[in-house]
Amino acid sequence: MYRYDEFDHALVQDRVKQFSGQVQRRLTGEITEDEFKPLRLMNGVYLQLHAYMLRVAVPYGTLSSRQMRMLAHIARKYDKGYGHFTTRQNIQYNWPALKDIPAILEDLASVEMHALQTSGNCIRNVTSDQYAGVAANEVEDPRIWSEIIRQWSTLHPEFSFLPRKFKFAVTGAPEDRAAIRVHDIGIELVKGEDGQTAFDIYVGGGQGRTPMIGKLIGKAISQENLLTYLEAIMRVYNMHGRRDHLFKSRIKILVHTIGEEEMRRQVEEEFAAMQKDGPVELPKAEIERIQAYFAAPAYETLENDPDELNAAFEKTPAFARWVKQNVAAHKVPGYAIANISLKPVGGVAGDASAEQMEKVAELADAYSFSEIRVTHEQNLVLADVPQKDLFALWQELDANGLGTPNLGLITDQIVCPGLDYCNLANARSIPIGQAIAKKFEDLDRQNDIGELKIKISGCINACGHHHVGHIGILGVDKKGTEFYQVSLGGSADEKTSLGDITGPAFTEDKIVGAVENIVETYLSERQNGERFLDTYRRIGMKPFKEKLYAAH
Amino acid sequence: MAQHSNKMAQVQAVTANRLIDGVVIYLTAKGEWSEKLADAAIAEGKEAAEALLAKANPALEQQEIVDPYLFEIAEEDGTLVPASVRERIRMAGPTVRLDLGKQAEGKTA
Repeated sequence: MYRYDEFDHALVQDRVKQFSGQVQRRLTGEITEDEFKPLRLMNGVYLQLHAYMLRVAVPYGTLSSRQMRMLAHIARKYDKGYGHFTTRQNIQYNWPALKDIPAILEDLASVEMHALQTSGNCIRNVTSDQYAGVAANEVEDPRIWSEIIRQWSTLHPEFSFLPRKFKFAVTGAPEDRAAIRVHDIGIELVKGEDGQTAFDIYVGGGQGRTPMIGKLIGKAISQENLLTYLEAIMRVYNMHGRRDHLFKSRIKILVHTIGEEEMRRQVEEEFAAMQKDGPVELPKAEIERIQAYFAAPAYETLENDPDELNAAFEKTPAFARWVKQNVAAHKVPGYAIANISLKPVGGVAGDASAEQMEKVAELADAYSFSEIRVTHEQNLVLADVPQKDLFALWQELDANGLGTPNLGLITDQIVCPGLDYCNLANARSIPIGQAIAKKFEDLDRQNDIGELKIKISGCINACGHHHVGHIGILGVDKKGTEFYQVSLGGSADEKTSLGDITGPAFTEDKIVGAVENIVETYLSERQNGERFLDTYRRIGMKPFKEKLYAAH
Repeated sequence: MAQHSNKMAQVQAVTANRLIDGVVIYLTAKGEWSEKLADAAIAEGKEAAEALLAKANPALEQQEIVDPYLFEIAEEDGTLVPASVRERIRMAGPTVRLDLGKQAEGKTA
């Protein structure tokens, strides 16, 4: 993985020092909250319902075991013994005291981590495919390009005061596990005409108040031109983005307003203008320097399906179930990708205790080249596990509440913190997710239902990705009472779609029953091998709506 | 954004977050700040509410508190409780982690 060079170290240390001074001046009353707020937000510090919240960047979701141990240490020393993994592959702490934040940032800097650009109107943490580098059919490891974009966008003076926040996602595989079409800029690695890695660039996707699917603006952009092309997009947005209207300030509104063609024309015009004094190209040597950080680890020569794995399947059905659901194929023979679900029934989606973080770090050291990935669906991944070690790994995971075999099933939900923690929320999300998980707790039932992604947000900002849930749930406030609006048919993969709202919202008492109704309708309508999403796309809203509102 | 205050509310109290650690606090009749809602001064009517909110100014100017505001109080089974779900959660802690927040520290009464 990437290691800081002297510039990265200096930059992070400078910021720790600068922000420590700002916190000190705030605590002594030299600066007011109005003066301090933009400064704390530039450093990932929010003020939530119960306390401050610190959001720590995990670039493209990749962590070393050493970093994970530090995250555990921070949870234990400065917080309440746990952290929350987010849909930007970051981690949030819900209870830090402002006075402790300089010390936390010092600790983070000691393991090459920080909280820069995890808030504010700048380019946020670049997200990527959690199977980067190990998926069989990817063009190239997307983290190479995520890292190049991270370096380019970190403290970029031109893009530090954008009209609104700005999110990038990068995938190297045709199967989109990074939700690139619902990002401000989504990038798919493709093969260019010369056989080299090139980039399809989707612009203007997003969720929130006005969900949009990104438009393919740049086709097969070359490696040398990638950053200049991205810079041209950012310039068009910086110039024409709606700074006068918060709800219209994202790039999706600009693209929607002027249209795909005009957006492309303006970007190309800007791109050409940037080259008028000669080409502005990303140096090959720099690309190679970054590529070297993501070279494949020293894989052993191993066979697929080793005898000990098959023996363990026969002996331990629970292990077989976990492998079937949570383990994915690896590009190297004899290896596997192990997904660690952070969605146990009764738990809080994305939360991990300090002890669990340390256990995952230990298991990464033992079985997966000391590396961990965070997924945008709020789970963890050990990407390089020898198949012969899967049983030992599973035993440890299972003993530590990390072995839930529910990846992609109805209990593996994205759930935002909602009104239990968040200052912006209108309704609680976590208890709704928990109640649905409890209702569908039976693993045989979950497996029978098959792939079904529920995504829950506690307000219109859509941190819980409800627009792209197969079943999306949005919490709303009606005169002080929580209601839940349901949408169906959303998806964030390579066939991205936005969900359709079923009709009137449900109360807290009725929402679980409504989900059960939807699932029962699917089960009665599905044809051979259809997933929920396939059935919905075939039969449409009507049968679901009839069942949902039959009693009304 | 969630509704912080209700303009039609008749019975209100003042809350804020403490600067140093963000902890939820309530303004008392003496103009001090307490972590417990039970200690909060209650204002009835618009004028009394505005006067109460003005009492938050010294702490605001001293940079001890952040974002003071009025919120509605309701009576439930003879006790005064926040009217909104949001303020009930601020008063107690996350409903999904009863081991955390004021509810775990015996500060809800």
